[in-house]
Amino acid sequence: MMQKKKLSLVETAPEPMGATPAVQIKSLSKWYGTFQALKNVNLTIARGEKLVICGPSGSGKSTLIRTINALESFQEGQILVDGIELTRKPEAVEAVRKRVGMVFQQFNLFPHLTVLENCMLALRLVRGVSQKVAEERALHYLGKVRIPDQAHKYASQLSGGQQQRVAIARALSMQPDIMLFDEPTSALDPEMVKEVLDTMTQLAGEGMTMAVVTHEMGFARQVADRVVFMDRGEIVEQGTPSEFFSNPKELRARTFLSQILH
Amino acid sequence: MHYADNVDYPRLLSRPSIYIPGLGLLFGVLLYTQAGATSLGKALVELFGLAEGSPLAANLLVALLITAVVALNVAVVMRLSIRHQMYAVWVELALLVLLFFYSFDLSFEFIRRKIGFLLTQGLVTTLYVSAISIVVASVLAMIGAIAKLSSNGIALGIANFYTSLFRGLPLLMQIYMIYLGLPQLGYVINAVPAGILALSLCYGAYMTEIFRAGIESIPKGQWEASRALGLRPRDTLTRIILPQAMRIIIPPTGNQFIAMLKDSSLVSVVGVWELMYLARTQGQTEFRHVEMMITASLIYWILSIVLELVQARIERRFNRAQMR
Ligand SMILES: Nc1ncnc2c1ncn2[C@@H]1O[C@H](COP(=O)(O)OP(=O)(O)OP(=O)(O)O)[C@@H](O)[C@H]1O
Ligand SMILES: [Mg+2]
Repeated sequence: MMQKKKLSLVETAPEPMGATPAVQIKSLSKWYGTFQALKNVNLTIARGEKLVICGPSGSGKSTLIRTINALESFQEGQILVDGIELTRKPEAVEAVRKRVGMVFQQFNLFPHLTVLENCMLALRLVRGVSQKVAEERALHYLGKVRIPDQAHKYASQLSGGQQQRVAIARALSMQPDIMLFDEPTSALDPEMVKEVLDTMTQLAGEGMTMAVVTHEMGFARQVADRVVFMDRGEIVEQGTPSEFFSNPKELRARTFLSQILH
Repeated sequence: MHYADNVDYPRLLSRPSIYIPGLGLLFGVLLYTQAGATSLGKALVELFGLAEGSPLAANLLVALLITAVVALNVAVVMRLSIRHQMYAVWVELALLVLLFFYSFDLSFEFIRRKIGFLLTQGLVTTLYVSAISIVVASVLAMIGAIAKLSSNGIALGIANFYTSLFRGLPLLMQIYMIYLGLPQLGYVINAVPAGILALSLCYGAYMTEIFRAGIESIPKGQWEASRALGLRPRDTLTRIILPQAMRIIIPPTGNQFIAMLKDSSLVSVVGVWELMYLARTQGQTEFRHVEMMITASLIYWILSIVLELVQARIERRFNRAQMR
């Protein structure tokens, strides 16, 4: 049974929201106690842009993308998502999380729910969608990440790669404008990395705005519009993949690349 | 089950090095404790019409007989499936316990005469005092646990003080404090509500800690995934965290319920006519304490068994999804 039909992961056509960038981060600083994890970070993600964030361990990559949907707080600076300012107010956070989907390194599927229920729960509770519509939509996105006929299994009965694809479908079911990925393939066995990256590549091809923390340089070269290199809480260098990989300017970036590419 | 390896180690009781010394030990202990002089021993000696008049011979005979029965029993039970082994052993041990009670030379006529009242008044009171306390304690525990995990200083302070006080004071003291203390403030309270209140507060405090630990055992990624999807705090707790925490919460909570069932007997000190109170007072009239105590104990045991079965059912339900 070959599915040759071209599947589209994104339902919403690029919105006519003019020039408002998907994400604007201005002079962002964050401290954990006295330790400064983010130092005056400025970053704009354009609508439809695919951004890859890389850098050594502890450089603040996770912290940065987790501030975008308020999973981390910040002390200084400003974040705008689709032009909405992210404050600590419930309405602001709700509005932002509505537009942002997230995929975690550890999948974080809900183990007490089936695959289908994982994808339906937030639709029912947050969007107030009817059972029937929620189920249709969840099955639709599960089909797109090619989880065939596994909808009624529990997460623990799936392979890692399948679990991560379910996690992607779960995020997509909410029909977000922006997708954040925090090392989505780092917890996977090598043979499963490809199936997840393929799904992400497909998603990118359909115009989704994506911010991806990853060390998969092949994916970055193929998909990214821009690569951002972070070190010690700062954005040290950024550029197109070809610029960045062939001719990194900063010593820290060169050192990092030499380590990662062997 | 994952607790057992996939290796067929020789069964403990099928190893001669275990069962021969084991039976030898049993025989020795029976001999040493003069099994021939026990009521069972005397009955056996009489039955066989042997060794009358010789204590040593009687001891030897009885010890040998019991050891032989045990050996035979083990040999038979060993051949059953694990399920049947479990049931067989359970029933045998229960029979031994009953036999032990039987040996007290009880007046069954007296028990028959009193058991109706014990059940209709005592058991019913015990049941409803316990049932209401279980519900109230669970609610208190849930509120306490949420308060303890909140970032509200006032809630934290109250919850910490509550668990400290009600876990720290003896339950008996709490019952007196509520029954005798509250009227000092002008609130007259009846014995039954006072007992229910004390049990609920005390067990609510213990269970607060169980619920808190259960909630804390759920990885932070579950909270984050739920928040990232936009679920509100209340939905995150009730739809994502608690259903998973239940698996961890239920076994110790079942323990608490069983303990509470028996601790409900403490409310008899303020004159509530529950099972233990009636057992004590009914026995007094005709100097038949033992009959009533044993009857009440068996009723408590049966109630505990019911709770155990309910707990097992609920556990199965929450274990449905094989978790990582
Ligand atoms: N909850 C926390 N409390 C204190 N320090 C933290 C906390 N979370 C992260 N940090 C620190 O902040 C820094 C940035 O962490 P972050 O997780 O963002 O790094 P990362 O670039 O994602 O690294 P990795 O590649 O290992 O995931 C690290 O030095 C880390 O030790
Ligand atoms: Mg990280």
